[in-house]
Amino acid sequence: MKVPCTGRVDIILILKAIENGADGVYLVGCLEGDCHFLTGNLKARKRVEYAKQLLDESGIGGGRVEMYNLSAAEGQRFAEAAREMTEKIRALGPNPAKQQGPRGQGAKRTALEPSNP
Amino acid sequence: MSTGSNLERVLKSGVFAVTSECGPPRGADPEAVKKKGAFLKGYVDAVNVTDNQTSVVRMSSLSASLILKEMGFDPVMQMVCRDRNRIAIQSDILGAAALGISNLLCLSGDHQSFGDHPSAKNVFDIDSIQLIRTVKRMRDEGKFISGEEVKGRPDIFIGCAENPFADPFEIRAMRLAKKAAAGAQFVQTQCVFNVEKFGKWMEMVRDLGVHEKMYILAGITPLKSIGMARYMKTSVPGMDVPEEMIDRLKSASEGKAADEGIRICVELIEKVRAIKGVAGIHIMAIEWEQKVRDIVEAAGLYPRPAINRL
Amino acid sequence: MIVANRKPFEEIMDMLKPYAKILLLGCNECVTVCSAGGAKEVSVLASEIRLSRAKDGIPVEVKEHTLERQCDPEYATEAKPLVDECDAVLSMACGCGVQSVAEAYRSKYVIPAVNTTFMGSSEEQGVWKERCQGCGNCILDRTLGICPVSRCAKSIFNGPCGGSQGGMCEIDKELPCAWQLIVDRLKEMDMMEKYLEIQPVKDWSTSRDGGPRKRIREDLRI
Repeated sequence: MKVPCTGRVDIILILKAIENGADGVYLVGCLEGDCHFLTGNLKARKRVEYAKQLLDESGIGGGRVEMYNLSAAEGQRFAEAAREMTEKIRALGPNPAKQQGPRGQGAKRTALEPSNP
Repeated sequence: MSTGSNLERVLKSGVFAVTSECGPPRGADPEAVKKKGAFLKGYVDAVNVTDNQTSVVRMSSLSASLILKEMGFDPVMQMVCRDRNRIAIQSDILGAAALGISNLLCLSGDHQSFGDHPSAKNVFDIDSIQLIRTVKRMRDEGKFISGEEVKGRPDIFIGCAENPFADPFEIRAMRLAKKAAAGAQFVQTQCVFNVEKFGKWMEMVRDLGVHEKMYILAGITPLKSIGMARYMKTSVPGMDVPEEMIDRLKSASEGKAADEGIRICVELIEKVRAIKGVAGIHIMAIEWEQKVRDIVEAAGLYPRPAINRL
Repeated sequence: MIVANRKPFEEIMDMLKPYAKILLLGCNECVTVCSAGGAKEVSVLASEIRLSRAKDGIPVEVKEHTLERQCDPEYATEAKPLVDECDAVLSMACGCGVQSVAEAYRSKYVIPAVNTTFMGSSEEQGVWKERCQGCGNCILDRTLGICPVSRCAKSIFNGPCGGSQGGMCEIDKELPCAWQLIVDRLKEMDMMEKYLEIQPVKDWSTSRDGGPRKRIREDLRI
């Protein structure tokens, strides 16, 4: 799913990614103060903080979602962020909501399926 | 028309009045009240009994007032609006009068979030000014809030409190005027450390003519220690403690801060006594009641007048 | 609008323990406006419930649906096909909605997912504050639009009390003293003499103190 700015990432997208088996989610937005859409990345950071809270309380762990800020020109930093995130998630282990064996029906739904039956 | 109150007699006679207070204990032992009373006997014209002060459960002010009355004191029973509705309030007013308690101090009350039972429901059925009016109506017109007849009117000298240091400053004199209009006959102020600000407030009060409608007693609290001074400055709502007072305590020699505190206290008494319209002082020496006699003597206010009832 | 807060997650999961098929019901009105129980919040909570149960290896099916509002029987009954299939209904509506749904589905266990707190207004995006207590006898004309019942911690009618400091209430340094606000407004409108008027005691019988209330319009009854 393509978005024009991290500001368009809704909290539900982060949660759905985790629900669908992602071990971690990271947002990479423009440097603070440099957002193409002025405040999109600031809103994204607030949502990431909130998502961390929700993942902590549901027992999954808020450490599995992170936000990084860098400019489009910082290829090196991008690679660093990717490595950092991977190491972090590796240390945390697989997503505890991923089940071996029978799963509840709800976990099978993907992020794009309509939620109203 | 006078009540049976000794405090009223003293104030009417023009003598500079002295009152103090006793906080009831956190238990059912009457000896705790008698012990505090013993420190004050002979040194005050009346003694206030607090009503679950700071929203902390204590023996009721009505019962502690009776214990002190039996010791020969003229109690000023404090009543807050936080815990009782108008039914209980009017009932307690009748009860107090029946037991011969002649003075009632009408207060709003600290919010229960400050105390030991913050989950309690807060009542605030009526406010302090409506309470003043209620007592006056019961006494002078023989009517309850409902308009029905009071069979046996309560004989009560009505008091209130005011804080010259709270905000908004510009309406604090107007609020006192409102209380006088409602029927308050005497006021005890929050403790004064900033005499200059108190003087300004008294000026506004005199401009409204309130000093001629009610007797004004300035609150006085002796500072025991630097810690206490700091605590009052920063943690007690509506308190104004000038920095210079804390400095004086700091510069006192080792172990002599308390003595300096008493000296400051006596100086404050002399200063407020000189302000026109101040009819007395109300000494609040919380958990330091034994010092009241030293203060009263040092301020030249001992012995207290014995004005006999007719 | 009516403002609510979602209950702590642990409390919700505790109430849901015995149930496998849950219908999570949102409401499109007040709880949507204060972002506590609308369609968005429903999808987020549903996701959290699934993640939590998956982590514990306990199966769950959470169906999500948002009604126009839950406090009208016509809307509450709309959800019947979904309610019939579930073991329990978890409602994100305010207390009014939860009760209407419970009444509409008497054989179903209906659980509140939010704590309904107050009637209030939005001060800025994301901030809602208490404004009205439903005392049943509005005196906002006398206090120039600022309610002493709901905005003064002691509901004082002849305020302020002695704890007002720097325009703030004694119980919370960030809570404006309602009486400071009223005095400021009286000054702005050049009506300071109104301050000296003694407000009489309040008749609380029109508020909750008088017992549960109702409103009826006979002309609208069928």
